[in-house]
Amino acid sequence: MTKEKNTFDNFSCPLPFSETDTITIAHGGGGKVMNKLIENMFMHYLSNDIINEKHDGAIFNIGDQKFAFTTDSYVINPVFFPGGNIGELAVYGTVNDLSMCGAKPLYLSLGLIIEEGFHLKDLEKIIQSIKFACEKSGVQVITGDTKVVEKNKGDGIFINTAGIGIIRDDINISPSYVKPGDKILVSGDLGRHGIAIMSARENLEFESNIISDCAPLNGIVQKLIDANIEIHCLRDLTRGGLASALNEISTQAGVEIEIEENSIKVDEQVRGICEILGFDPLYVANEGRFTAFVKQKDSEKALGILKSKESGKDAAIIGTVSNKSKTGIVTLKSIFGANRILDMLSGEQLPRIC
Amino acid sequence: MKYIDEYRDSGKALEYLNAIRRITRHDWTIMEICGGQTHSIVKYGIDELIPKEINLIHGPGCPVCVTPIEKIDKAIEIASNPDVIFCSFGDMLRVPGTKSDLLKVKAKGFDVRIAYSPVDAVNIAKQNPEKEVVFFAVGFETTAPPNAQAVYLAHKQNLKNFSILVSHVLVPPAIEAILDSKNNRVQSFLAAGHVCTVMGYKEYEQIVRKYKIPIVVTGFEPLDILQGIYMCIAQLEENRYEIENQYARVVTREGNIKAQEIMKEIFEICDNKWRGIGEIENSGLKLKKKYSEYDAELKFGVINYYVEESKECISGLILQGLKKPLDCPVFGTKCTPENPLGATMVSSEGACSAYYLYKDKKLVNKE
Repeated sequence: MTKEKNTFDNFSCPLPFSETDTITIAHGGGGKVMNKLIENMFMHYLSNDIINEKHDGAIFNIGDQKFAFTTDSYVINPVFFPGGNIGELAVYGTVNDLSMCGAKPLYLSLGLIIEEGFHLKDLEKIIQSIKFACEKSGVQVITGDTKVVEKNKGDGIFINTAGIGIIRDDINISPSYVKPGDKILVSGDLGRHGIAIMSARENLEFESNIISDCAPLNGIVQKLIDANIEIHCLRDLTRGGLASALNEISTQAGVEIEIEENSIKVDEQVRGICEILGFDPLYVANEGRFTAFVKQKDSEKALGILKSKESGKDAAIIGTVSNKSKTGIVTLKSIFGANRILDMLSGEQLPRIC
Repeated sequence: MKYIDEYRDSGKALEYLNAIRRITRHDWTIMEICGGQTHSIVKYGIDELIPKEINLIHGPGCPVCVTPIEKIDKAIEIASNPDVIFCSFGDMLRVPGTKSDLLKVKAKGFDVRIAYSPVDAVNIAKQNPEKEVVFFAVGFETTAPPNAQAVYLAHKQNLKNFSILVSHVLVPPAIEAILDSKNNRVQSFLAAGHVCTVMGYKEYEQIVRKYKIPIVVTGFEPLDILQGIYMCIAQLEENRYEIENQYARVVTREGNIKAQEIMKEIFEICDNKWRGIGEIENSGLKLKKKYSEYDAELKFGVINYYVEESKECISGLILQGLKKPLDCPVFGTKCTPENPLGATMVSSEGACSAYYLYKDKKLVNKE
């Protein structure tokens, strides 16, 4: 059939090309490309003892008081999505980063970058949501800034919030406290936020009633602290999802993590859309879910506390910290009992062809 | 999830594994054609669970992997035009051409969009009459009908600002090319279920007869694959060679006649180059003359491209099943998904990418 029987013996292969010299979307995707940028540029120039901890927020003392401080920018499209809008997200995201340090969040700053032509009515809706979200999480916006950019120089509205909170002196929550034997909990089902956003985008005509899980986590974290659970590390499962969070912690803590696929809950509709697009829900973003590394003896009690909330009904113990490891590694036991690596994503998840 | 979970049932998987163990007496080499199957095999660890006598090798059935580098370069050239809206399936954006990829073109500010259906691109053309809208029509027989449908719709609506950059490949000629190769080791094939959903399996009947080789049309869920392997081994051990259909819940002998008709209306068969493999006779599709005004290569004058590809990466050997990703000296070191040297590492369906994602790096380094 072929002209030449040895077609395959003369195979050739693409030329490699060097790494990019411009920023691509992958640099903000929460995967390896972004981590490389952080390591090679930000940490290279800005390294210090506090930032080197690479936590969700910075933890430091002023006098006798221990503080947590964090900042985050919100560039979501669409601005209004099922289950929330950019305003709530900007409050909860920063409140949650502080909560992941074991802090009680107190005050936020609010920076707005608004594109010329943005509707005042929409802005008001967003600010009302910010007020609601602040009340719900018990924080206040105490300073702010507004900038307007020309039409087509922004995407409607960008928001930055920074937040500060206080930490009880005896609380030490950070990857460096993670130890072999720790149990790993997840606070609910996964993937709702990312899929709610995807299905709200105009070019995807999915009919679903998935709403974002965006919610403040300081209440539930405080409950764990009040119950004297020995928490070693907390991390919210935002961009990059559970898989990226576990990989970051395993690298930073220098440990091996083993989790079981069976124990992780994903909503039917979320799974359905992930199947269609070729996404793995373990990499999809959440805005109201976190993972907790706790001492083994406290794990059942911690699970009970997580499950006591409606949004935590699918909370579960999903795995264990098994050993020390220089490089850190996350393995997942598949439903068939075979082990595979749960790696970090390279860049963004891209919908596949077929 | 209904119609999915049933095919991921671990109890049933165990039963199939035992059944495969019971009937396997000799060493056998089976190739799964489709990248989606490769992904399932590695993700669920099927290759580690089946008996050692069975060697699974990963075939060329990933459209992203086999799209020739010249086409990627053409796509990049067309997309780097301020008057163009370039639409593509998501995973083509990361595939490296000679010097760049479509994600970088997008980063430079050109209008490159992810489309979920080629028909969406037709609608974009309708809404943007001042722009040229180009869809990157890649894939096997699976995506050919919707791509044909897009051209058909544009033609019907007399849209002048829509065209497609075609890089369509066909499975049966690739199977024959593999079997004709003097280095061939493949003794049986898991045929790609979704390709057969469109084409049926009657075109495989003559391959089975000519080469005396068992082919089993197989689905993509772990239980599908285990059943497909079982059916291959049963034929091999009994010295039979037949075309069998594991994926009967979707695939018929005749396939989807309507889909085949629209393909025949718009496309005709041509010789085609496969990335990492080379030219295979009658293995591709191109637009018929009647529809040449929708041919982006003609419209943008990107015709005579020839690129000499590097020999460093072994994806050609991987795509024909002569080597595995772990045999590659640069796998996981010089070549990673962030900096892929070959297309099998870029595509989420590529064998190298599946190994990189799911296999133990310690193992990788040791190898």
